Amino acid sequence: MATSTYNLIASQVVGSGGASSITFSSIPQTYTDLLVVMSVSTNASGTASANGTNINFNGVTTNRTYKRLEGSGSSVSSDSGSNIPVGTVNAGSSGVFSNQQIYIPNYTSSNYKSVSVDSVVEYNSSVGTQDLVAGLWSSTAAITSLTIYPDAGSFIQYSTFYLYGIKNS
Amino acid sequence: MASAQTYTPIATITASGSTTSVTFSSIPQTYTDLVIAGAFYETSSSNTSLQFNGDTGSNYSSTTLLANGSSVSSARVSNFACIFWDRQGNATGYGTGVAHIMNYSNTTTYKTALLRYGYAGTWVEVDAGSWHNTSAITSITVGVVSGSGNLASGSTYTLYGILAA
Repeated sequence: MATSTYNLIASQVVGSGGASSITFSSIPQTYTDLLVVMSVSTNASGTASANGTNINFNGVTTNRTYKRLEGSGSSVSSDSGSNIPVGTVNAGSSGVFSNQQIYIPNYTSSNYKSVSVDSVVEYNSSVGTQDLVAGLWSSTAAITSLTIYPDAGSFIQYSTFYLYGIKNS
Repeated sequence: MASAQTYTPIATITASGSTTSVTFSSIPQTYTDLVIAGAFYETSSSNTSLQFNGDTGSNYSSTTLLANGSSVSSARVSNFACIFWDRQGNATGYGTGVAHIMNYSNTTTYKTALLRYGYAGTWVEVDAGSWHNTSAITSITVGVVSGSGNLASGSTYTLYGILAA
């Protein structure tokens, strides 16, 4: 049997106390790409469209940029900025979680790190949002840790985060 | 019992910077779907596209939804020479692209693909493409088809096979 190339590195499930952020540290440098799959909700007030999540690498919050394509079911828009949003999250609606995938190729290279994000949140008649994000961390450092945090509030219990390593050989 | 591997690397190609295209050939017919994951750009702002089985004819169509940070637009080509992956072109730095090619080995249906690409300095886009041919896909060419320039040096493309079971 071939060696597995799509491996779970670590996972985190938020407990009853919530979490203001989650960090995967000491990421092995033995893979080609990284993939984060997450299902999250926060305790922030307001509507889902007003609340987002972000990612930083190696604890560094500078040199981040993004461009985003977002559809809400009735309109489509684009924006840009100096962080890397990784999706719109539901907030203030118990039991409704959003889902995201974050793909990070060549995370150990000395090139700037490009990130692709797919995000969806759906809550019946209240809100539905789909995001496609191109993110860039303009750093030549290998990624050894990553932190995901909400714009407001904390991740609530049962929010899940899975970090996979992908090998190309 | 150990489960069978379902996400298998088939090949990786790194562009030299001196060619307009690279090709995955002799693709095994033993998977259900294919995925190409890449970190790439071009030497001029033209495009990166896909062609199958060496077909350079006007046998493809694709629809693109793209955003530049302030506006959103959509474009479409039909009876065209390729499926766009990075339609708008990026000559600045490594962007991230993931392309899914579904049910590639069947000989009954036209082949479809879902492609995403983005670079924070330029555009983010999603493309839906079709190759109007019922042949099984045995090779995939990634290249600058419509426009000038080459695949940028150091650009990487990895082809994975996915098993449904």
